[in-house]
Amino acid sequence: MSSIEPSSSSTTDVAEIDLRDITVRFGGLTALDSVGLRVAPRRVHGVIGPNGAGKTTLFNVACGFVQPSSGSIHLRGAARARLRPHELAGLGIARTLQGLGLFDHLTVLQNVVVGADRHARSGFLRALFGSPGSSRDERALRDRAMSTLSDLGVAEYAGRYPGSLPYPVRKRVALARALVSEPDLLLLDEPASGLSSDEIDELGQLIRSLSESMGVLLVEHHMDLVMKVCDEITVLDFGKVIAHGTPDEVRSDPAVLDAYLGESSEETS
Amino acid sequence: MSETTTTTPSTDGATRGQQLSALWQDYPLIRHLVTAAIGLAVVIVVLTAVDDFQATKLTEMAYIAIAAGGLTLLTGLNGQISLGHGALMAFGAYTTALLYDDREVGTPLVVVVLASVLVTVLVGILIGIAAARLHGPYLAGATLTLAIAVPEIGKYFDQLGGDQGLRLFVPEIPQWATDIAYYLTGSDPSRSKYVAFLAWVTLIVVFILLANLASSRIGRRWAAVRDDEVAAELAGIDLTRARVSAFVVSAAAAGAAGAMFALAQRTVGPLGFSLNLSLTLLAIVVLGGLGSLTGAILLSGVLVFLPQIVMDLGSGADLDATRASQMATLTFGLVMVLVILLAPRGLMGGVRALGLRLRAARAGRRTPPATGGSSSSGAAPSPTTDPASPSSTAETAEPDDGSTPITTKKGTS
Ligand SMILES: Nc1ncnc2c1ncn2[C@@H]1O[C@H](COP(=O)(O)OP(=O)(O)OP(=O)(O)O)[C@@H](O)[C@H]1O
Ligand SMILES: [Mg+2]
Repeated sequence: MSSIEPSSSSTTDVAEIDLRDITVRFGGLTALDSVGLRVAPRRVHGVIGPNGAGKTTLFNVACGFVQPSSGSIHLRGAARARLRPHELAGLGIARTLQGLGLFDHLTVLQNVVVGADRHARSGFLRALFGSPGSSRDERALRDRAMSTLSDLGVAEYAGRYPGSLPYPVRKRVALARALVSEPDLLLLDEPASGLSSDEIDELGQLIRSLSESMGVLLVEHHMDLVMKVCDEITVLDFGKVIAHGTPDEVRSDPAVLDAYLGESSEETS
Repeated sequence: MSETTTTTPSTDGATRGQQLSALWQDYPLIRHLVTAAIGLAVVIVVLTAVDDFQATKLTEMAYIAIAAGGLTLLTGLNGQISLGHGALMAFGAYTTALLYDDREVGTPLVVVVLASVLVTVLVGILIGIAAARLHGPYLAGATLTLAIAVPEIGKYFDQLGGDQGLRLFVPEIPQWATDIAYYLTGSDPSRSKYVAFLAWVTLIVVFILLANLASSRIGRRWAAVRDDEVAAELAGIDLTRARVSAFVVSAAAAGAAGAMFALAQRTVGPLGFSLNLSLTLLAIVVLGGLGSLTGAILLSGVLVFLPQIVMDLGSGADLDATRASQMATLTFGLVMVLVILLAPRGLMGGVRALGLRLRAARAGRRTPPATGGSSSSGAAPSPTTDPASPSSTAETAEPDDGSTPITTKKGTS
């Protein structure tokens, strides 16, 4: 049960997100118990832990889908009493969903354009009358979405519908939709699941390159990836933080080996 | 995840047609003027060709299509169901009737129509907000209540004419309209043709506005909310606002439709806005191909003209009037069943699918199969979670992100 100090570089900047003493109860079950976690700008922070440890719940708290029974959330130093999910994009926070959540009846391009919505300027009346301003706005969003799609190597699918595409392509589209908003903080929910090892390597490089411009919070079961890309790691077990530190520190922590690594080795192989 | 593909869509393959359509997209004013001019020309030609009875039918088709057009955006684009759009029309119709309750009233038509729209919009806001406070298909419930309550309210209040309803006085045909009609056709326009003209002009305006919204950022947000709530929220879309705005827009169209209804019928009473009307509108939207504005217009035409055609055929075949009208109802039912069987995605859905198939056949072997990483992906089963099933729908897409938050939000807050 070692509580490790946050690494030195993260204390110098104001954290993108700082979750303090978060407790979440579902009926009798304590899903999160005084969990603290902060993601510094341009750092990759991993969250690992066995099934049911509370990782997804932590993400849901960070996104305002779940209200904690106690604790506080600070975004860039400012306390947020009540986060509402749709406000996140405007605050520069993007999240990918484990189940992708693509819009099935919109084309790939339109899916990504929805992600760029916070950069749109024209409102209802302009849209209603189809003013030249609104079509200029549309073109700008489309260009932005196209360039994000081509950054991720999936521009050729722009006109297709997500349902007809292979899973790895859909994952990239979902990622493009998150990235096109140019977030300061990106929450990735198991981005490696369903990918081949080559694709996971590519994903690792991508995450590293993203961290040049944004903070990344990563929930992932794929240990190799987590160890390779994260600057720091928080380990959850039964809703409690059992370890926190650099990948090397976490890897050698006996509590972690005990609680997590033994159990998960059969899943991740 | 590198810059492997070209950013710019290949221009060498772009045909003149594509350039034209890009031009079309980027200059909305031209698009609107051209659409309106063509629509107006067709309306004038048709109205000069038909007799007064057909003109009345065309008016009916127009106001039904206007209401169905609004409902198309709500149901097709935003995935919400309204069982009360007929009742919403009543607000527009009664407003028009109250404003034109006297022969001497000189209020311009535009003002009266806009007032009817405004009243219906206000009702739409109230109902929309009330329904949005509750999660789930509560809009269907709220609008069903409306559909049942509105005729009763109409009956109850003497100011609204009770059972008899209100009579209204359609303003005189303005001189310029008479002049133009005389210039074009050599005869004075009849009242019913004038009203038909008004209704179709309203239809053109309403549909241009609805099409603008559908193809804009607003329509895209509605569609996103319909397809996946959680992902839409994460993209910054306020679900409540999206839902209420879609409902209010559809209510506005119903208000305009109600105003045209009033001008056409010249009596506005509780009987005109039964639940039956609301259900008919919904049937048009579903059969027209959810989300297709063109489909909504075409199916409104089918609804209005089919019974008449069947009756004509029927009386030719020695059927008496009652039998013939029964046949008409039966035929409309049959058409419904046929559309559902042959084109489950509605009329326009079927047309679109046919178009796609034709295009695919023409493109033939040129179409590359979706390669991407499909060969490599199949080999890697996901370690912990089921990779979202290929047939992932809005409901099943988020096994633990989508379903949990919604239940927990209520449980914990
Ligand atoms: N809405 C809810 N109502 C009741 N219990 C819940 C709810 N959401 C999560 N839990 C419980 O909270 C605990 C933490 O769940 P959570 O989904 O956060 O785990 P996780 O770390 O994401 O696990 P996994 O690796 O399996 O995804 C589990 O015991 C889970 O059953
Ligand atoms: Mg989880």
